[in-house]
Amino acid sequence: MEKLKVTVDIGSSGIAAGAGKVNTKLKEIIEQDNLPVDLKQTSGIGMCYKEPLVEIKDADGTYLYGDMTPELIEDVLHSHLKLNVPLEKYVVHTANFDTDHNAFMNDQVRIALRHCGIIDPEIIEEYEQYEGYEAIKQILNNKVSPTDVIQTILDSGLRGRGGGGFPTGLKWKFAHNSKSDEKYVICNADEGDPGAFMDRSLLEGDPHAVLEGMIIGAYAMEATGGVIYCRAEYPLAIKRLNIAIEQAHKKGYLGKDIFGVKGFDFDIYVKEGAGAFVCGEETALIASIEGERGMPRKRPPFPAVRGLWDKPSNINNVETLANIPWIIKNGAEKYAAYGTEKSKGTKVFALAGKINRGGLVEVPMGISLEDVIYKLGGGIPDGKKLKAVQLGGPSGGCIPSHLMDTKVDYDSVTATGAIMGSGGLVVMDETTCMVDVARFFLDFTRKESCGKCTFCRVGTKRMLEILTRITEGDGKPEDIDNLLELGEEIKKNSLCGLGQTAPNPVLTTIRYFRDEYEAHINDKKCPAHHCKALLDYEIDAEKCTGCTVCAKACPTDAITGERKEVHVLDQEKCIRCGECYSKCNFDAILVS
Amino acid sequence: MRVKRLAPKPAQIETPAQVDLSLLDPLIKKYKGKKGSMIPLLQGTQEVFGYLPRAAFDKISKEAGLNLNDMYGVATFYAQFRLQPVGKHIVKVCHGTACHVQNATKITEALEDTLGVKDGETTEDRLFTLESVACLGCCSLAPVMMIGDETYGNLNGKGASRIVKEIRRSEQN
Repeated sequence: MEKLKVTVDIGSSGIAAGAGKVNTKLKEIIEQDNLPVDLKQTSGIGMCYKEPLVEIKDADGTYLYGDMTPELIEDVLHSHLKLNVPLEKYVVHTANFDTDHNAFMNDQVRIALRHCGIIDPEIIEEYEQYEGYEAIKQILNNKVSPTDVIQTILDSGLRGRGGGGFPTGLKWKFAHNSKSDEKYVICNADEGDPGAFMDRSLLEGDPHAVLEGMIIGAYAMEATGGVIYCRAEYPLAIKRLNIAIEQAHKKGYLGKDIFGVKGFDFDIYVKEGAGAFVCGEETALIASIEGERGMPRKRPPFPAVRGLWDKPSNINNVETLANIPWIIKNGAEKYAAYGTEKSKGTKVFALAGKINRGGLVEVPMGISLEDVIYKLGGGIPDGKKLKAVQLGGPSGGCIPSHLMDTKVDYDSVTATGAIMGSGGLVVMDETTCMVDVARFFLDFTRKESCGKCTFCRVGTKRMLEILTRITEGDGKPEDIDNLLELGEEIKKNSLCGLGQTAPNPVLTTIRYFRDEYEAHINDKKCPAHHCKALLDYEIDAEKCTGCTVCAKACPTDAITGERKEVHVLDQEKCIRCGECYSKCNFDAILVS
Repeated sequence: MRVKRLAPKPAQIETPAQVDLSLLDPLIKKYKGKKGSMIPLLQGTQEVFGYLPRAAFDKISKEAGLNLNDMYGVATFYAQFRLQPVGKHIVKVCHGTACHVQNATKITEALEDTLGVKDGETTEDRLFTLESVACLGCCSLAPVMMIGDETYGNLNGKGASRIVKEIRRSEQN
């Protein structure tokens, strides 16, 4: 009998959902009953909302099971082994029959994520089984010149996936043209955007693809050293990167005379970031690698001329690098066939927030936001209405529901006032207050501003004060204009991307949701019923059973009443903490 | 106008008896003289002690030849570094965008209530330090918190409180 192949999805989000326990249980039952099962591990396929995931491959095909628990997995395994049928109820994806979740996977074009959820990231041979390290070997065997490699990347139309959107080939060309005895290739894995986890999943799921991308870059730019600057908050990614680097060393893919080519020396080490959002900016990142405070400096000189240790350096994002081997192997044309005229290829998005299917998806550029959210993401939970989509994190903006036909490409997204960013896509529904969202992002950028430029340092603080005031019911009529003016000045007078984009969340929410700001300021109302200070609580006399729970919960004794009689709320004493609302079991507390 | 500066209170400086500085020797040996070593040295120190003791600054400065001012500048710039000792369990509540829209504030409030400390503080029994972090990258499980290496997803205030209460109970036994 053919052995059953069972693969457990062990990435950060899998582990958080309990994949470790499922894996332990699997090991136990397989060993105990000596079952004919091949147990393997892989890393997040992207269906985070159904984690823990377990894939079972039998003679008829492949079945991906979702929401697994140690108890369920036993049933699933036995169904396959004893009855020889899949337990359909829990299958979330298969080619053999329709499931409710097939659309999530089927509508994707997976290039950067091609190996995620398929290979065991801790085994180099598995990567090699799927054309791994073939791109660089192909270059070396055919003696393709560095300039031809750069030309291929230029032709593919690949643009920086970290947010900037600068053509990768052009960047490589600049670094190539800077002559120096030492040169560095740096991978920016300091994914600091709250709401984005593409890079983490890629590093955890396919670290060798990033290494190969860097090796190809080193060949093209004639670089001598490589650094991966990774957030310390991603311990699993760092662990797997280090395993991958060690394995590549053993195979002769890193070190001296790599791939047997005399004089091709290149090595990579992982540098752990210490937690500063501004280090996503190139010059700040370099300062951080050098061991200093991560503060940006003026450009030019650009890093391609003077970067790490004052040597020419090239910095690419994780996703950009993961695309490189595929492009070399399959050709620029095939890559450029996806996407729009100015935005080629695919983009990975991290879907999160008020969405049914949160996770990672890779889609061709040019697909509409509507398709991403409804076709792949499965729409908004609990029958709520979509209000806005936040793209680009603290540097981006909120795109309102009436612009959902916006195409996902660099230029169309920029036209809405948001930015493509690194791919964090947070969905917001009618219960999300847009003023509060703007305040949230400003709070973030204010904390993360390095303090070098006055406008960013003080301006974000002033903007935050105004926004906080508005959400607390103390907004003034001139506040909106002040925010707009401050925002424009901060954009104009900041040195780096952090300051230049920090006002975006505020500016876009004012542009599309001005009425919400006005409701807060003029009517002292929060239309989304979110801002506590602006809510009024009342007791519904029809529903109140007199259970006294709310009266006990009220910290200011604003609620009074006898047992089994309708309670009364004294508006004078109410501090709008919402305790009564959250404690009431009979929906008798009304919010307005 | 002349501003009269208040003399800062002398910080409580641990005596070397409280902090075994010799634990730093291998670290200093590994990084001494290497360029770009400041952050790894501080990270290593924090791994040993859980925070950056004042005495460790002096020792590293002297033995690895780093400028004390620069070290302090770096240590206060990055979110990772702590200058105060922390509790045995660090409770990191995610306040990323996804967690924020799923009401992460409620989680922090509930934990503040249960632990009796404010965000960023350590409980008196030194068991817990409550922290807010920018993003743990588990957005589809929002709201999320992390204690040690364990991540807890799809939380609500009550659930989060229950988890820390359980840890406290198991510590007391």
